[in-house]
Amino acid sequence: MTAEFGQFALALALGLSLVQVLLSVVGRVRRNAVLTGAGEGAALAAFACIAIAFGCLIWAFVSSDFSVTNVAENSHTEKPLIYKIAGAWGSHEGSMLLWCFALTGYGAAVAHARGLPWSLKALTVATQGALGVLFIGYMVFASNPLLRLAQPPIEGRSLNPLLQDPALAAHPPFLYAGYVGLSVVFSLAVAALIEGRIDAAWARWVRPWALAAWSLLAVGITLGSFWAYYELGWGGWWFWDPVENASLMPWLTATALLHSAVVTEKRGALAAWTAFLAICAFTLSMLGAFLVRSGVLTSVHAFAVDPKRGLLLLGILGVAAGTGFGLFAWRAPLLKDQSAFAPISRESTLVFNNIVLAAVTTTVLAGTLWPLILDALGKQGGVGAPYYNLVVGTLMAVAFIILPAGPLLPWKRGDALGVSQRLTVAAGLALVAGLAVFALVEPRKAVASIGVGIGVWLIAGAVTEIVERAHGFRAPWAESLRRLKSLPRGAWGMSLAHFGLGLFVMGAAYEGAWKIESTEVLTAGGHLNLGAYHLTLDGVTDRLGPNYDAQHGVIRVTDAAGALVCEAGPERRTFATGGQTTSKVAICPKGLDDIYIVLGERRVADGGGASSWLVRSYVHPWVHLIFLGPLLMALGGALSLSDRRLRLAPGRRREALA
Amino acid sequence: MTARRMALIFGALLCLAAEADPAERLADPAAEARARALFQETRCLVCQGQSIDDSEAPLAHDLRQIIRGQIAAGHSPGQVRAFLTARYGDYVLLRPPLSPANALLWAGPFLVGLLGLGLLFGRYRRANATPPLSSDEAERLAALESDDGPRQSGK
Repeated sequence: MTAEFGQFALALALGLSLVQVLLSVVGRVRRNAVLTGAGEGAALAAFACIAIAFGCLIWAFVSSDFSVTNVAENSHTEKPLIYKIAGAWGSHEGSMLLWCFALTGYGAAVAHARGLPWSLKALTVATQGALGVLFIGYMVFASNPLLRLAQPPIEGRSLNPLLQDPALAAHPPFLYAGYVGLSVVFSLAVAALIEGRIDAAWARWVRPWALAAWSLLAVGITLGSFWAYYELGWGGWWFWDPVENASLMPWLTATALLHSAVVTEKRGALAAWTAFLAICAFTLSMLGAFLVRSGVLTSVHAFAVDPKRGLLLLGILGVAAGTGFGLFAWRAPLLKDQSAFAPISRESTLVFNNIVLAAVTTTVLAGTLWPLILDALGKQGGVGAPYYNLVVGTLMAVAFIILPAGPLLPWKRGDALGVSQRLTVAAGLALVAGLAVFALVEPRKAVASIGVGIGVWLIAGAVTEIVERAHGFRAPWAESLRRLKSLPRGAWGMSLAHFGLGLFVMGAAYEGAWKIESTEVLTAGGHLNLGAYHLTLDGVTDRLGPNYDAQHGVIRVTDAAGALVCEAGPERRTFATGGQTTSKVAICPKGLDDIYIVLGERRVADGGGASSWLVRSYVHPWVHLIFLGPLLMALGGALSLSDRRLRLAPGRRREALA
Repeated sequence: MTARRMALIFGALLCLAAEADPAERLADPAAEARARALFQETRCLVCQGQSIDDSEAPLAHDLRQIIRGQIAAGHSPGQVRAFLTARYGDYVLLRPPLSPANALLWAGPFLVGLLGLGLLFGRYRRANATPPLSSDEAERLAALESDDGPRQSGK
């Protein structure tokens, strides 16, 4: 019964979303607050219905109801409970339900939000409802997660073992909360364009939604990257895979949006550009969903496997993005840009940030779509990591060099000399760090040393910003401390995010350049050298896991002095259902570094002697910074979000600022 | 997620199938390093966007052996690349070469950046230049400067 109940709830949610659009639009046109209020009610009800349907699907997974197609294809009775639940969003259909859950959830949150002007809110709720109609309609008619099987199997086909992992169970909810959070920004832009008014107040309403989506997306991407790092056992953390790119593009655009919204909020400038970014950000989210879901990029042929769904998603993308960009082209010329600014000013640095982020997003988009473009021309081709690393690295480096100056510059017109004086210490530290790395780390690598220097520059710049705000070293200590305590959370959030970015840049530059790898075939008792470490294979035993059999290796890691660093236990796991083999990587954290060990296949010697195993090992220096950095950035976003100034009405806000 | 998962799982399975055999390495570490650098920019044609350095598909293995052989025979990396593209086309290179067909790919991001900078500088110039009077404003100014009021000036 639950599956049918869920299906009914889905259909009801579709109807309610339609009602939400109609009531909100008619209410707005007739200036009738009762009708728009009813539209908001419909938004809440649609969310409740989707939540019920989602609950039904999770219940079907938890209770292993294999009469539901989706459960039969993606679950198994022997699977641990957490992965039964996570299986609910492990498939195409289930993840679309998660998407709609987030979409209607945000719709309900907007309907519930206070402080928005009545007319803008009505149109925002209407747009959110229209998006709901598109996506819920797609789910009900083309991708229903709760369909029944005529002849249910006794056992399910199970979720792929590589996906049975805590980081990956949490990855889609964060990612989708981020992707779909950008729908609110999109709806606000569409509504404001229809109303013909984009001003400082609008930018202030956009900012909390953009901040929330940006932070959640950052966590989602980091979790995915972390999963790829420790679960796949390839020794890398970012592969410029089309699907990774699909998640990176909306995040880059949201980053640009956050910065341009600040200019619109504080100076009333760049209104049209901010609206454009708001539309772009969610369009790229939808493009990501389309690229991933249709399989069009994995292989051009996979598209033919299910052309109906791919085309439908493309249609949804076309309708939503076309409407957004069409409205923009029509209404944006009406928007006035009120304020001027000098080349040396905070506005200029923020615009520069936007230019670079636009260029980087173009790079990722062009690289991701290049195979499709070439295919349309009848050629074959594509780009890989070397292209992205070179172009994205070069562009970002330029932006990073400017970045610390931004927060130190005043609005409108600044003084280049004054800013350079205040950044002298930061620049000195960056230079020393870069030179030290260049001189001390073997083998010498100039570009990576510059990268580490830029990371230190960002970190020192973020600290300088806080010190400057507190009048550190200029005012008495007590005074500085008092100022520090009264700094708004937004300022802490920004500096923390820039600090995290610096950590990430340091880690990425260092790890990329000085990763060490060593692979040998070892018999029990054999050893290999990995940089300064010494690895000894003590032996390999068989072990039983909850739903797999494992070969468990014991590897002792010692340092140059012979002292034990750790005892690692990498495994090769064979899953009974599906017969797949996966690697369980053993990771020994050592300071900021990881010693990363993979147990490979068993080799039986020809003469029938002792068997041996392939052991792949890496040292990933400073790799912890790569994952810590983005998490600090997300934390900075959350801190900024908690700033009470964001929640005050404009009039009262001016008082709070004074 | 499905496509990515499929891609990654597919790749991971290939990875497990047969791992890089230390026995196949070239004896000269410098030559091996040159070969390795080439592996990293050569596409494994049957895998999902992986280089032959990452992939353990049989084709990747064969390509590694061919490249090692050529490096050992004293060919330069440029010659090896030329050999690979002659055999498989540009597709085999993960870093697309600078060619007319790829011009847009390489130049596109920088063009977007330059366009943005151009717009920004246009804005500075507009802000600096005092806008000339519109015909309406000029007329009103003329009317104010003459003794007559604006209505009489229209005669």
